[in-house]
Amino acid sequence: MEFSITDPFLWETVIQGLLFGGVLALLSLGLNIIFGVIDVVWICYAELIMIGMYAIYFLYADYGVPLPLAFIAGILTVALLGAALHHFIIRPILHTEPINQLLVTGGVLFFLQGFATLVFSVEFRNLGVSFGSFAAGDMFFPISRMLAFAVSLVAVVVLWLFLKRTFLGTAIRAISQDREIMPLMGVSPQKIYLVTSALGGGLAGLGACLLVLLYDIHPAIGLTFGPITFMVCVLGGLGNMIGGFIAAFIFAEFIALGGFYAEVEWGYVMAFVFFIVMMFIRPQGIMGSKS
Amino acid sequence: MSAMLQVRDLTKKFGGFTAVDRIEFDLNEGEILGLIGPNGSGKSTTFNLIAGALTPTAGSITLEGRDITGLAPTQVCHKGIARTYQIPRPFRKLTVLENVAVAAYYGANQLISRDEAWRLAEDALELTQLSSDPRARVDGLGAAGLKKLELARALATQPRLLLADESLGGLDEKEMDQAADMLSDIRRERGITIIWVEHIMGVLMRVVDRCVVLDHGEIIAAGLPQDVAHDPKVIEVYLGSDAEALQTQVAGRVAGSA
Repeated sequence: MEFSITDPFLWETVIQGLLFGGVLALLSLGLNIIFGVIDVVWICYAELIMIGMYAIYFLYADYGVPLPLAFIAGILTVALLGAALHHFIIRPILHTEPINQLLVTGGVLFFLQGFATLVFSVEFRNLGVSFGSFAAGDMFFPISRMLAFAVSLVAVVVLWLFLKRTFLGTAIRAISQDREIMPLMGVSPQKIYLVTSALGGGLAGLGACLLVLLYDIHPAIGLTFGPITFMVCVLGGLGNMIGGFIAAFIFAEFIALGGFYAEVEWGYVMAFVFFIVMMFIRPQGIMGSKS
Repeated sequence: MSAMLQVRDLTKKFGGFTAVDRIEFDLNEGEILGLIGPNGSGKSTTFNLIAGALTPTAGSITLEGRDITGLAPTQVCHKGIARTYQIPRPFRKLTVLENVAVAAYYGANQLISRDEAWRLAEDALELTQLSSDPRARVDGLGAAGLKKLELARALATQPRLLLADESLGGLDEKEMDQAADMLSDIRRERGITIIWVEHIMGVLMRVVDRCVVLDHGEIIAAGLPQDVAHDPKVIEVYLGSDAEALQTQVAGRVAGSA
């Protein structure tokens, strides 16, 4: 194989990787904000996305709801799910051993998968919406991927402004540092946690909007994105949103370039080897702090 | 006229250990009350009980005629009680101004506007002589600055009663005097009633109106600073230099006010 910096297919691959990185970055945001603020890892995060994808699919394909409304409904559904997950499942065990939170959200993962299999069957469903491709010389980029990338960037900026510029966002940043003294300032930690959980769920719902355009929906779709989203967060430094963002692009480029030079599967293998090596070099993640 | 804060029969047991044992005291509006006693005497537990961080085993706490016993810290804050911690606990990732503004916004008893919250925050920073530069970082503050920030954050919630927990540990003599004057100013300018818990008794004696002395969870003396300082039970608890320093300060106070 020839290596040439002017090869348009190489550049197409690099840009495709960039676009995929944007999607991964968005997926990592919700998981990171939950961990950063509540100190809990939602193992079932990708399964929440799966439920969101089904919600959008059924509203659009079966009930004829216009796609933008179906997207909004999907985001709200997963936001509610996130809040419910916190209120009914995380909250009662929040102050127990961390392993309990992993086990219980792991349980929710299997519950949601089983639930989807029973209720929606194992059939692969496709939204059947195509936006076509964008051509630049010899390079082609699906519009849906470009859209997903753009939405991811906008979501990151909006989230950043929310956390920096609003009192609620400031309280969320504050509580991630010291949950005990927040009540002295009149802030109820449980309310902030509930809002944060709805926010994390909403971001998962937004992820569902983008993924439903790119992939078939089936009960195990979460397994395609769950592990890699988790690894993106860990590589970036769990809870660190900027680190997660950088890590998302690193992973995406490994996968894209691996697919270009060999098979996509080799891209994943290389990405995971890189992840393992990095865990030895920087176990706290790219942007994580030592503690 | 009934007292602003009435503490009755207040008791807190941790298992078989009684940290606070049936203590009773009143606090009048506009007063500065010194709550003193050696380590482990139950001062901080008393604070935690009033602030809602701990639930009493028995007894009652009444603020302005309303029973606040056993309320959650968030509710106690909204009732108009603020507290500081002995060891400052700022939010280090937030700016100095943000630290205080969050307290102002959420600590108020009713919904206030964003502008009002920023104004209250700047006001509290001015009162504690801290910079309200929006870029000022918490890491740039020294020990004295962190104590002031702790105080500013408490004041931003617009309390009527301030619980100041050992505000002066880790400060030098000049800083201690300044901090004592600051509490005195807060009372004079804002009319905020204060309970001041302190190890370093000398400075405290100069500012407080009355003292309650705790030992092993019980009140062993209460009254005017000069009386408390000469109380044999207090002198026994504070053997030696502390008691002497205390009497010197009280003497200075009496001489100064004469």
